[in-house]
Amino acid sequence: MPDIPQAPADAASTPVNAALTRKDLVSDQTVRWCPGCGDYAILAQAQKAMPALGVPREKIVFISGIGCSSRFPYYMNTYGIHTIHGRAPALATGLKCARPDLQVWVVTGDGDGLSIGGNHLLHCIRRNVDLKILLFNNRIYGLTKGQASPTSELGKRTKSSPLGTIDRPVDPIRFALGSNATFVARTVDTDVEHLGRILERAARHKGTAFVEIFQNCIVFNDGAFKDVEERATRDDSGIKLEHGKPLIFGKGKNRGIRMNGLKPEVVTFEAGKPPADLFVHDEKAGSEVAYLLSQLCGPAYPWALGVLRAVEEPVYDEMMESQIRSASEDSISRDIDKLLAGADTWEVAVP
Amino acid sequence: MNSSPAKPKPVQEIDSVTIRFAGDSGDGIQLTGGQFTNTTAFAGNDLSTLPDFPAEIRAPAGTLPGVSGFQIQFGSHEVLTPGDTPDVLVVMNPAALKANVRELAPGNVVILNTDAFTAQNLTKAGYPANPLEDGSLSSFRVIPIPLTGLTDNALQGMQLTRTQVDRCKNFFALGIMYWLYERPLEPTSNWIRKKFQKVPLIAEANAKALAAGHAYAETTEIFEHHYRISKAPIAPGRYRNITGNEATALGLVTASRLAQRSVFYGSYPITPASDILHELSKHKAFGVRTFQAEDEIAAVGAAIGASFGGLLAVTGTSGPGICLKSEAINLAVMLELPLVILNVQRGGPSTGLPTKTEQADLLQVLFGRNGESPAAIVAPATPGECFPLVIEACRIAMRYMTPVFFLSDGYLGNGSEPWKIPRLNELPDLRVEHPSDPKIFQPYARDPKTLARPWALPGTPGLEHRIGGLEKQSGTGNVSYDPENHDRMVRLRAEKIDGIARDIPPTPVLGPREGRVLVVGWGSTYGTITQAVKELQKSGEPVAAVHLRHLNPLPRDLGAILQKYDTVLVPEINMGQLLLLLRAKYMVPAVGFNKVRGQPLKVSEIHVKIQELLNRPPNERRSSHA
Ligand code: SF4
Repeated sequence: MPDIPQAPADAASTPVNAALTRKDLVSDQTVRWCPGCGDYAILAQAQKAMPALGVPREKIVFISGIGCSSRFPYYMNTYGIHTIHGRAPALATGLKCARPDLQVWVVTGDGDGLSIGGNHLLHCIRRNVDLKILLFNNRIYGLTKGQASPTSELGKRTKSSPLGTIDRPVDPIRFALGSNATFVARTVDTDVEHLGRILERAARHKGTAFVEIFQNCIVFNDGAFKDVEERATRDDSGIKLEHGKPLIFGKGKNRGIRMNGLKPEVVTFEAGKPPADLFVHDEKAGSEVAYLLSQLCGPAYPWALGVLRAVEEPVYDEMMESQIRSASEDSISRDIDKLLAGADTWEVAVP
Repeated sequence: MNSSPAKPKPVQEIDSVTIRFAGDSGDGIQLTGGQFTNTTAFAGNDLSTLPDFPAEIRAPAGTLPGVSGFQIQFGSHEVLTPGDTPDVLVVMNPAALKANVRELAPGNVVILNTDAFTAQNLTKAGYPANPLEDGSLSSFRVIPIPLTGLTDNALQGMQLTRTQVDRCKNFFALGIMYWLYERPLEPTSNWIRKKFQKVPLIAEANAKALAAGHAYAETTEIFEHHYRISKAPIAPGRYRNITGNEATALGLVTASRLAQRSVFYGSYPITPASDILHELSKHKAFGVRTFQAEDEIAAVGAAIGASFGGLLAVTGTSGPGICLKSEAINLAVMLELPLVILNVQRGGPSTGLPTKTEQADLLQVLFGRNGESPAAIVAPATPGECFPLVIEACRIAMRYMTPVFFLSDGYLGNGSEPWKIPRLNELPDLRVEHPSDPKIFQPYARDPKTLARPWALPGTPGLEHRIGGLEKQSGTGNVSYDPENHDRMVRLRAEKIDGIARDIPPTPVLGPREGRVLVVGWGSTYGTITQAVKELQKSGEPVAAVHLRHLNPLPRDLGAILQKYDTVLVPEINMGQLLLLLRAKYMVPAVGFNKVRGQPLKVSEIHVKIQELLNRPPNERRSSHA
């Protein structure tokens, strides 16, 4: 009995993956983000990164919530659901548990993922469901025209906070680490090469891969990330983490990070001669180490960019699958008539 | 206690009896009731049960809020209800007496544990004086038994603690009841042996207490005779006892086999629906995927995701959970994906009465979503009927690509009845096809007969498509804000649900095809209504009954049936929800009978109400409600 329906047997044969190009992933829908929105770059990179992953197009599903970012699935020529506000991780969890053969992506935003959907994001991450979560952080509500979001900085003046917000912001990276995420990364919409690499890393991770993407909302919060986006400042405002390498940044590759107790410290040195006590990045360390790195936020520090943590832990949908497999090993335990009869039965004879 | 009595006591034949066990939640009342039920089923009687437990797990011992009850009616004929009020009340302490005594009629029997009537327990129950001594029970046949002491005596010499001995007293009481109603001891002693396999001492103590209670009743003077209730004329076949929640869970596993796809069950713990999650999570061998979600929203959300993936997707809860799920259910309406939503209704609004029964969520599931949001609704009438009706819900969901509500309630969920075990090969084929041809595929094209859209599964090459909560263009499924298209889609979604009525078989009418009074019911009031109507029919009254299993859409022949009677009576455990629908839809001057006590309706009160309608002068009937 096929418990999990597969594609019908007479389905048209798949084109070879290698033949997939960026174009194959472009849907026939007109993209409707504002001109200049950071979402365009992310979409283009996703369409570009997908073919390299070797997953057939029909096995890819994008699931989103509500918000500007959540229109994403409409533009990907894969399977997709544009769900309701905040609930994408829940739908994606159900789909992945139902169909472990699919590669399931979640596209969410700061409002969708961390405000109305915070609970689902937390539980999805702590379960370590094999999902790739892209959180587009623009620190504003775009689709509803410019209210403060849970990542808006304290005191931000918006339509809903004319005197400045009194809400302390949440840091998506720390939220994910606090939920015991097995893969946490940050990247920037304009840095297409880095973005592409991080998407690929996320796709290859087994378990929940959480990626925060700094995304510029040109209409309601323009320039929120300009330090790390603009060519002139980005090398001094961001630090690219690399596993096993010391933390070095700056245009001249002459600055680094070392730890003074639990506090990071920026040190300047002669290029090519880094001091020995620079902090060496280890993706596989405990989440407390990644949490230390999460202190690397602008403007006091360069923003930590790249993979903060990547470890292997048991994956929820795989464990569900293996429980089912071991329970259904013998056919006797799958006898429905036995199941219906239960333990205690009696016979009423024909009178 | 091993000597047989000098002379067997006389036996009195009776048709049926209603017994209620009551005591502290810690007294094992539900277990005692469950054992009595199984044994009675083995003895060949028809039966119906009503467990009634407090919302608190262990309210302070001896207090009124801590009283747990279990009622069973059994008989030598068809038994449709657990009985209005008990003929025999078995109470383990003063609080249990106080909580139940007002339901007794003069002459009823009260069997009580005198050892529990201590000054302290009387105070806890709020008795200023001992009811055993102040004459307040004089209109009943009180049978005082020092249960605790007798159990203690019976277990003398065993290495047991006080608490362990005390825990055996419900088996002593059960032994007494088994003698009183000529029940065999074996089913329970076998059960004890199995249950306490790992602690032989406790097994022995319980079995001993059971046998001692039986011997005590047989040998002492307290009962002059015992009762015989012959086997009921039950259709031949293999039977088991089943609760509504068990039947629901087994129905889902069976539907999964019939549909040849795994069940995905997303749920969040909630009374009185959690037992369905517990039961389903035992059946992983059948491919059942249970997901205990972080909240009600995630539970339904995950189910929708699983449905997109091609599984038989189900979410289960009670009324408060439906409130939380509404938005996601609306998404399923828009996505047009199969989804079964179980609502084991309980007393509301808000947290309401978590462990009590009610039928007040009908309008919620019919109308409680934004926009024009039609969904199908079915409702089982008895615990055993949860099985075929949940299969029917799955059938509708997959055939019509729609959410379907399954409205059970606390009484059906926890109540039990003997159930004739169905065979897999007698059940409907639920298999459905998935599209595969990219040349003709459109996500929102419709089957001309059912108006269902195709269920295209991820993984099918060439059928990549996106769906979502935004309005869809008919056919292509692309986002559309076109006014005419929206109007068209609203109508299509409604027509699709209305069309389900084609599959509903002709509505059976119990009694004359026309007459003075038609009683229309739905859900768990079936037994009560049927019993009352049958009683009146026996005395020649022109009354009939219809019980609805499909509530949206309603059966196509219902309107014509309603027109054939002078008066339509709609008894419900709500303020008149089906009544409102029938009056609005069919413009009939229906009247309601509504009690919202968290308890099943009583046969006697329906009987009185019908009688009252029959007694009205004929000319008043229609005009007074027109
Ligand atoms: S409002 Fe902002 S985030 Fe939304 S599409 Fe426009 S620029 Fe992008």
